[in-house]
Amino acid sequence: MRKFDHRHLIGMGRLSVDDIELILDTAESFKELSERDIKKVPTLRGKSVVNFFFEPSTRTRTSFEIAAKRLSADTFSLSASGSSMVKGETLIDTALNLQAMKPDIIVLRHPSSGAPQLIANRVKAGIINAGDGINEHPTQSLLDLLTIREKMGKIKGLNISIIGDISHSRVARSNIIGLTKMGADVTLSGPPTMIPVGVESLGVRVVLNPAEAVKGKDVIMLLRIQLERQNKALFPCVREYASYFGLTEKIIRAAKKDVIVMHPGPINRGVEISSEVADGPHSVIFDQATNGVAVRMAVLYLLIGGAK
Amino acid sequence: MITRIRAGRFVDPVKGCVEQVELIIEKGKIARILPPGEFKEEGPRIRTINAADKLIVPGLIDMHVHLREPGEEYKETIDSGQMAAVAGGFTSIACMPNTMPPNDTRAVTEFIIEKAKRTGLARVYPIAAITVMQKGERLTEFGELKEAGAVAVSDDGFCVTNSEVMRRALEYARYHGLMVISHSEDLNLSRSGVMHEGVVSTRIGLQGIPAASEEIMVFREISLAALTNCPVHIAHVSTAGSVEIIKRAKDAGIPVTAETAPHYFSLDHKEVAGYNTYAKVKPPLRTPEDVQAIKDGLAEGVIDVIATDHAPHSDIEKKLEFDKAAFGMIGLETALALTLQLVRDKILGLPEAIGKLSLSPASVLGIPGGCIKTGVQADLAVIDPECEYVLKREDILSKSWNSPFIGKKLKGRNELTMIGGEIVWERKSKHPRC
Ligand SMILES: [Zn+2]
Repeated sequence: MRKFDHRHLIGMGRLSVDDIELILDTAESFKELSERDIKKVPTLRGKSVVNFFFEPSTRTRTSFEIAAKRLSADTFSLSASGSSMVKGETLIDTALNLQAMKPDIIVLRHPSSGAPQLIANRVKAGIINAGDGINEHPTQSLLDLLTIREKMGKIKGLNISIIGDISHSRVARSNIIGLTKMGADVTLSGPPTMIPVGVESLGVRVVLNPAEAVKGKDVIMLLRIQLERQNKALFPCVREYASYFGLTEKIIRAAKKDVIVMHPGPINRGVEISSEVADGPHSVIFDQATNGVAVRMAVLYLLIGGAK
Repeated sequence: MITRIRAGRFVDPVKGCVEQVELIIEKGKIARILPPGEFKEEGPRIRTINAADKLIVPGLIDMHVHLREPGEEYKETIDSGQMAAVAGGFTSIACMPNTMPPNDTRAVTEFIIEKAKRTGLARVYPIAAITVMQKGERLTEFGELKEAGAVAVSDDGFCVTNSEVMRRALEYARYHGLMVISHSEDLNLSRSGVMHEGVVSTRIGLQGIPAASEEIMVFREISLAALTNCPVHIAHVSTAGSVEIIKRAKDAGIPVTAETAPHYFSLDHKEVAGYNTYAKVKPPLRTPEDVQAIKDGLAEGVIDVIATDHAPHSDIEKKLEFDKAAFGMIGLETALALTLQLVRDKILGLPEAIGKLSLSPASVLGIPGGCIKTGVQADLAVIDPECEYVLKREDILSKSWNSPFIGKKLKGRNELTMIGGEIVWERKSKHPRC
């Protein structure tokens, strides 16, 4: 029996290769469930999962909610405006109050890097990091790994480029850790204003020009450009970003023939990705969304449902 | 009443030596300095302090302290700060003006001085703001502030962004005999940052403060000092680049002095990994290379002063998400041990190290102290350089305990503090080994 020896899922850095494989295998078996007519199993009946979101995110929250419901857990949602955070309560106080209601899992999305760790040390519930600041978004990375494994049959040895605002992306950070851990060769690309200092120390290479960076690659991962970053001098305007760093049909031709194109969504059509690419044969964006539910079911199951 | 301190080794930063002497203190002053055994008087009028195996040093002087009063007394009061100071071996401290309200008027300066006098603990020298409300716009009334007792001006906590204002501050301050202390930070570069920009910030996903944010402003201050030929003092130097810039300025004869804080030569940015908010400080903890450069700067005399930047914050400001937590750490009670580590590591000689904690800041600010000779006020500390201990939160006398050194092993500590001939603090609980 393979064991998942974690109480929380805080970041990819804390998972071993075996842990990751166990999550992906478990997710695969849950995926089959999602294809059935009746998509519900009683595995987590009587368990409660609280979605605690301090940032708006319909997509990730819905994905967690569906995952929990398919496993028959009771789900509750708290958002920043609905919680007492707006009244000046600290995160720790809010978490302790929540703890008093005895949830089994708290799914936390928070704008501050390190927030899940701050409360994980203080509550009994398991914490799932659903994105903390610009630090990590581990379930996104896991669903990306599942998608890659499914489409390419493996992860080890693949050549993968991540393109976009690496500095401010928790998706990039989790994927850099997850992909290198699983033995992929990772290249980062994007405007030099968006590449963090010393990122090579994480075991990746940097090739700024996307046309260069996609050459011979098996996988291209795009990041969502946050349009509000324009006024921070990181890039002049959307139009210029699109023409120098956007992924188009023309650029993709330099990659491997069967390259897959991934995006965590929501996409900005015509900015980081052209419509032809987003809707084209290489795109696996919808598979990612499907796998998101499966991976989150797997994580919930392994944290609170598995034989411990 | 005559006090005799016997059997200690006296560290003299003025002569740069350590010698076995007996100090005789009378009427608050150093009355005589004698070779061991020469003092023969006995009787009820004689109080003897046995300093065997201990060091006797001039009372330490910290030229960069935040006392939080008026306005944030829950973090520190003038009293509690003075108490932390004497516990750490400091007999004089200079307090920064970023209180609420800030010390930008005679009234606040006088309030601090009056309040501090009442305790009889560490002498407190207020540093007034450079600009009204520390807004960086209009100069405060330097003349009146000096008259009220301010010893320097600084907008510490904020950088005077407007170079014209800084230039005029230097010129006007010199006329009044006030040192200008610069908190050097290009706020546009550092604004969203919460730790040093480098491999650690990249790894743990925190926004960085580049070294250039400090260095640009250090360079500007030096340009202005050269332009005006007015002295400037650079607070809390933290980067190798700043050390290099200051070194060149000193070589060129530009009137600049500089300080660093013990955390900049004791800790690097790895301390932040794990989102330790007690290690969140401004300027931020830098790289191991910067730490080495700070040590070299101290050894070569580029950095004149060790000052703590003692910045108390309660857990209300610290037990938070890292990016929401306040910058700053306390330092009065750890500075001595951390500085003695430099002596053990052969970075500094003992008299030099003590000099950077006493004589140097006294001369930068133009205040008494840092020297023990016949006729001067008897401000001194008796320290045990060998005592090893783990810093515990409950041992801290400051009202706040935001120190990244809690739980860490320290070596060397103050045992007794004397101000004007009075013992104002003495360690009660003797460490078993000490
Ligand atoms: Zn400062």
